[in-house]
This record gives sequence, structure tokens and C-alpha cells, in this order.
Amino acid sequence: MASADKKRVLITENTEIAQGVFSMWIDAGNMAQSAKPGQFVSLFCNDKSYLLPRPISICEVDRDNLRLRLVYRVVGNGTKEFSKLIKNNTVEVMGPLGNGFTLEEGKKAILIGGGIGIPPMLELSKQLNCEKHIVLGYRDITFLNKEFETYGKVYVATEDGSVGTKGNVLNAILANSLTADIIYACGPTPMLSGIKEFALKNGVKAQLSLEERMACGIGACLGCVCKTKETDHHSNVNNKRICKDGPVFYASEVEL
Amino acid sequence: MNTSVKLAGVTFKNPVTTASGTFGSGIEYSEYFDLSRLGAVTTKGVSNVAWAGNPTPRVAETYGGMLNAIGLQNPGMNVFINRDIPFLRKYDTKIIVNVVGKTTEDYCEVVERLADCDVDLLEINISCPNVKEGGIAFGQDPKCVEAITAQLKKRAKQPIIMKLSPNVTDITEMARAAEAAGADALSLINTLTGMKIDINRRAFLLANKTGGLSGPAIKPIAVRMVYQVANAVQIPIIGMGGIMNAEDALEFIMAGASMVAVGTANFINPNATATVIEGIEEYMKNHNIPDINELIGCVK
Repeated sequence: MASADKKRVLITENTEIAQGVFSMWIDAGNMAQSAKPGQFVSLFCNDKSYLLPRPISICEVDRDNLRLRLVYRVVGNGTKEFSKLIKNNTVEVMGPLGNGFTLEEGKKAILIGGGIGIPPMLELSKQLNCEKHIVLGYRDITFLNKEFETYGKVYVATEDGSVGTKGNVLNAILANSLTADIIYACGPTPMLSGIKEFALKNGVKAQLSLEERMACGIGACLGCVCKTKETDHHSNVNNKRICKDGPVFYASEVEL
Repeated sequence: MNTSVKLAGVTFKNPVTTASGTFGSGIEYSEYFDLSRLGAVTTKGVSNVAWAGNPTPRVAETYGGMLNAIGLQNPGMNVFINRDIPFLRKYDTKIIVNVVGKTTEDYCEVVERLADCDVDLLEINISCPNVKEGGIAFGQDPKCVEAITAQLKKRAKQPIIMKLSPNVTDITEMARAAEAAGADALSLINTLTGMKIDINRRAFLLANKTGGLSGPAIKPIAVRMVYQVANAVQIPIIGMGGIMNAEDALEFIMAGASMVAVGTANFINPNATATVIEGIEEYMKNHNIPDINELIGCVK
């Protein structure tokens, strides 16, 4: 019936790959069959006092073994609990949720990830069949950047300048004179807002994956809306639901 | 075994509905379970024109609960009537339309427009804590409750349920005022006004600063208020506030609620309402209770 399932799944791996950043593999069954890059899952705490699911982006899809990889940062009590889980523990998960990126094959692409917006770009970079520049922005400590190197040329930006270009992802794009026909990006709203402006100025299409605090994750509660340019057919106001209508939108659709 | 209940002249196949604002008009949840399982669907609040709601963040989790300040975003009555009522009518369930407004005239306009629509009951939201005008302003003074109830009762073709706020000194005063003005039933409780501060950012979690607290954290307050109101008025009650499972629902029923609404639990499990219904049936079977009506208000 539903496109998403809620079930308890086995954790096959959960390791810290950088300070406060964890990589979890789950036995996701049919969720792994249908998952697309840019989609997310809702992860539930075992401590039921933490009621709401945590939306976590899908970092990798292993269709052969029906596994999903989730890379997340510990930011609160929920993600702290997830970080303590070990191999063979279980976790409740619902997904895949939302719409992923639209793969525009054959176009020269820049893939941009900022902070914990980096993980979903990994599966995208794997599945996209085109010339790819991959730009990754960090505050200081880097993660996953080595894994991206298999799929395209990687450029790193760090706020403190410890690795790659000093500054943000846009600084790295300019420093390396990168051009593209299409931009795919995921990261904090100020970053996406800058990318939207950059894309507009250079006449490049951009797909942006947005984040917002969510409750239901399935489009019912209207907690995670973003402003849209046109009146949305579902809401009849200038709001779209990030969880259900997104999380990926064309830059031209949304006001950031 | 009889699970059907009667409220305001309408018969429901079971006493379980959805709490307004947690279920949209059921479209999203219909992907997860058959809405015909429900006694009724209570819709998200409907206003005369489309409302954009509050800025984000609109939701925040708290221990055992959550805060929301959606701000009653809704597409307005025309879209609701043309799209959502035909959708819900495909299912064998009753339709309770939640009505919101900023002024008495707004509420009247929606109620008058719905008079000729194929819906079963109207629930009047005079208790939303998240909009500046209307909402709760009508629900915190017994005179205002009485006045708006009387106005709407004159215009409504369907039975009207007044949804009460817990953010008052004495909820029984509001309940009596609604009853005196002709309300057919009462819904309680709406959310409790709360606040959460992010100590690292030294800022409010919600853009609206305050939000409505819901979830299991508020259940004991809600059960107490249902009990108090059940002993203060003759009209039936739809009880709600933190119901996560059948045991919670049965507490409300035993405290005096004829029906119950499941709210925040829908966000955690899209099948929550169906689970509550099954759990009630199982309890009745295990305790050899032939009729759910025996349980309503059985704890004195």
C-alpha cells in the first residue's frame, strides 16, 4: 500500500568515521530495493520518551545485499542514542521517504555537500553518469571525502583552511573555476541560498536538498514547510512540504 | 461485541477518531491503512480562506512530548470542500470537520458554507494557542465561549462540537458555557502552551517562541480534565491528549469520554489509530465486556 515501510531492522555496522560523525549500515530489506539518492529515512529512538523520528539522509544503497548506509552527526539525545548502538542491535526505521534527486544524465555536473549534507551526495555521485566535480565543505574535520574520489574529482573547502580551499563551497568553486550545466547540492540553508544565487547568476540549473525540523516525515503535520515562488497545489499557499514534496527542489521553485 | 457509540445523534462504528491537525484530511495516512477502520476522521482546521501558517521551525521535541506552532496552515474551505470531502467520502467512516477563524464572522462563514456539504459533524476550534487572533481568544472566557457557540449553533446544519483549551483556570466553566449555548458535544483537550530554549544558540527553538505541547507528557492532565468536565455537563465528550495506545484510550473512556482522538501518536506510527482500535477490542474480549458503552464514565 504505502511506498514506505516502518519496521525494526538489524544494524550490521555503526562506527565513528570522524569526531561525532557515525556511519551505520542497516539490513533494510525492500527499503534498499526502492531507495533513491536524496531520499531519507525516519529513525526512531529506542527510548520512547524521545517521541519523534529523526530524519536521516541515505548515504549509500547496497541493492545486492539489501542494505542502506546512514551517515549522521551526533547533535542531540536521539543521535546520541543511535551512536551507542552496536552491530546486531536493532533500530526502528521508516522509509524511504521523500523524493530524491532527479538524475540528469550526460550533463556536466557539480555535486556540492556541506557538513552533514555531504552523505546523500555519495550515492548520487555513484549513480550519476556524467562528468562530475564534487565539492565538499567542512567546518574543520573532514569525512567521506576519500570515498568520493572513486566517482569524480573532489574539491574540499574548510572554514579554517586546514584542508583544501579556506572558506566555503562557493570559495572552492570559484578558486577552481568550476563550471557546470547542473548543480546538485545538500547542506545548511545559508549554503543553499548562496548556491541558488550563484546558479541564477550563471544560468545553471540547480537541485537543492533542504532540511528542516520534522515531525511526521510523511506530509501530514505541515511542520517542515519551505516557501515557494508559486502557490502550491496541495497547500493552496506558497508553502511546500520538505518531507513529502522534497526534500529536493529546483532552486527556481523555492525561496530560501 | 459492540464497539459502536452514539454522539450528538450520530452513530460511530467505534469510538476512535483522529485529533485535528495531526492527520491532515487523511490522504497521506490512507497509504498506510484503510481509513474505513476509523470511527471518524477529524480533519485539520479549515478556514474561510487559505492560511499560510507560521514561520519555521514549527516543531520541537520535548521529553515525552512535542511542541508545535504550525499556525493552522490550511488550503481554505473551497479546496477542502472540492478535494478533501469527496476523498474522505470514499471511506466508510464519519467526517468531523474542524473549523477555525480569526473573527466570529470567519467561523460563521465556514459553518454556513459547510451546512450543505456532506459531512457529519463540525468541531469548532476555539483553543489553538498558536495564532495571534481568533483561536484561543474565543476559548478563555466563558462569555466568549457562550457567544460564539450560540452564533454557530444558529447557522450549523450539522451537530457542533466545541473544542476546549486546557490553558484556563477552570475548564468546567468553559464546558458549561458551551453547553448552555447549545453545543452538541465537547472535545478536550487542545494543547498546553509551552516553550523550549536552545541553550547553545541562546534562542527559542520555535520561530513562534511558544507552541502547543502534546504527546504522552500531557495525558494525565487531559484525563483529569475529561473527568472534571464529564461530571460538570450532560453533553458527550471526545477525549484526547497524549493517547499512544489502547490503554491510554481506555483511561479517557473510563473518565467519561464517549469517543477518543489519537493525535501525536500518528506522527510516530502512521497505523497508531488502527492499533488503538484493535487494542480496545482485545481489552473488551479479555475482560468479557459486550458493549463499549459500559465503560464510558465507569470510574466515578
